Amino acid sequence: MALSVDIKKQLGDFCLETSFTVENTVLALLGASGCGKSVTLRCIAGILTPDEGKIVLDGTVLYDSAARIDLPPQKRQVGYLFQQYALFPNMTVRQNIAAAVRDRARRQTVTAEKLRQFQLEAVADQKPWQLSGGQQQRTALARILASKPKAILLDEPFSALDSYLKYQLEAELAETLEQFPGTVLWVSHDRGEVFRNCRQVCVMDQGRSQGLFTLRELFHEPVTEAAARLSGCKNYADAVPAGSAVSLPEWGLTLDCGKPIPPDIRRIGVRAHHVALSAPHAPGAFPCDVLRVVQDVFNTIVLLRPETAAPDAPPLRMELSREAWYAAADKRHVWIAIQPRDILLLK
Amino acid sequence: MDWYPLFNSLRIAAISTVAVFFLGIAAAHYIAKLPRLAKGVLDVVLTLPLVLPPTVVGWLLLVLLGPKRPVGAWAQSTFGIKLVMTWWSAIFATVVVAFPLMYRTARGAFESFDQNLADAGRTLGRSNTWVFWRVQMPVCRQGILAGTVLAFARALGEYGATSMIAGYTPGRTATISTTVYQLWRTNDDAGALRWVLVNVAISAVFLLAVNLLETRQRQARKGGVR
Repeated sequence: MALSVDIKKQLGDFCLETSFTVENTVLALLGASGCGKSVTLRCIAGILTPDEGKIVLDGTVLYDSAARIDLPPQKRQVGYLFQQYALFPNMTVRQNIAAAVRDRARRQTVTAEKLRQFQLEAVADQKPWQLSGGQQQRTALARILASKPKAILLDEPFSALDSYLKYQLEAELAETLEQFPGTVLWVSHDRGEVFRNCRQVCVMDQGRSQGLFTLRELFHEPVTEAAARLSGCKNYADAVPAGSAVSLPEWGLTLDCGKPIPPDIRRIGVRAHHVALSAPHAPGAFPCDVLRVVQDVFNTIVLLRPETAAPDAPPLRMELSREAWYAAADKRHVWIAIQPRDILLLK
Repeated sequence: MDWYPLFNSLRIAAISTVAVFFLGIAAAHYIAKLPRLAKGVLDVVLTLPLVLPPTVVGWLLLVLLGPKRPVGAWAQSTFGIKLVMTWWSAIFATVVVAFPLMYRTARGAFESFDQNLADAGRTLGRSNTWVFWRVQMPVCRQGILAGTVLAFARALGEYGATSMIAGYTPGRTATISTTVYQLWRTNDDAGALRWVLVNVAISAVFLLAVNLLETRQRQARKGGVR
């Protein structure tokens, strides 16, 4: 039971090149808007046709440009949860679910079972526009599961919802997916959503998939700048390996990393909450000028410039609790330290 | 009073509306999928009858269907039927003239149809035919209905092309519109007025029915559960 995808598609100036293999788990496709996540899903579902490549689901070839195989969406057994759910507006909840059961003999029983399972019995005879957001999502999921898919594709399932409703629905969705035996692809641009719900992550950047990562690899040890950015890392600088330290010409600093640096390291990343205030002249600490202070909802964001930095260097972003910033003695000139283990080495 | 023109007009309008309904929807459905250039060219050709004077349409039809013209001569020798100057000749005229109305409104409705609904149906294992008749047509119902109504009204009121291709023979090809003209021409004002009133009555009933239908639909939507 596995889904393997290796496809190319040219769309105007945009070139999509995706390849990954995933087995019976929830895989996130994580990337900024317009990086080709939805196009990838549409190619898997058979709504779009790639230019070349191969898609195999549980041993069945869905698409193979070399062998000229291109199964229609009807034969792929891939469930697709659309962004706005795409419920048929002219049908009731019951009819929407029944539409997914092609076997006439089992239609009634399966529909009744799904209505019960998704707690939709009370609204079974209502039209989609009469339902709440949660009921719409449950109907869409019930309809997909009634069609007995081997894989489920989720296209930004919460893009249109406000954050309060979102958390409720996310919990319901996660529960449903846990009981689903096959592969799930979850497209998202929200790293929190991915962290909470997925086991593995495929990072996409400008149409290219960057390989598979476990959550740990992505959020604690990202190896490319695209992955680091998606995991929420805010500070980047060009780096030159120097033994067990990196020299950062833009900031005029040399930072100790506590371990030998591979020679192919070109950039480093530092998470904003790993940039910390330090005692003056402490070992490894460096002095910075404060450029700007921004109060966020729960944090304070401080933009810093190392004293040794070039004039056009990007500022160093520090995030700390309001109390910690309040306690700082000098708010125009501070000493900063970064722990060796908090420096992300990027290729 | 001889009611033949009323009967004839209604039957011509009804038959051509049925024909235009399917032709217009098929054209709208297939042309929507064509590349832009072909779409643009076909759009102009198919909409032309809407802007051409009906007499031009009538002349073109005569050139095509007349007894000594290719199609007319072929129908005469193969099936032994005349294509012009019979009651059903008018159907050619009304179909051509009413077609663009159906085609354009149906295409507008199809273009605003959310393609995700069709894709959802297909990923759920449903055939394209099922998706078209069970989802796309019901969702586009309003536009389709509007197109049908417009086509019927246009077919019922057709005069120019009809008079050229079917002429005016009392009791055979006479329609309401050709009868009104004929009666006015022969100074029978009272007769003309009768038919004008009949026409006004039909149109009013027709519009009332359409309005009623629309209100009921809106109420069904508001009221919720059917």
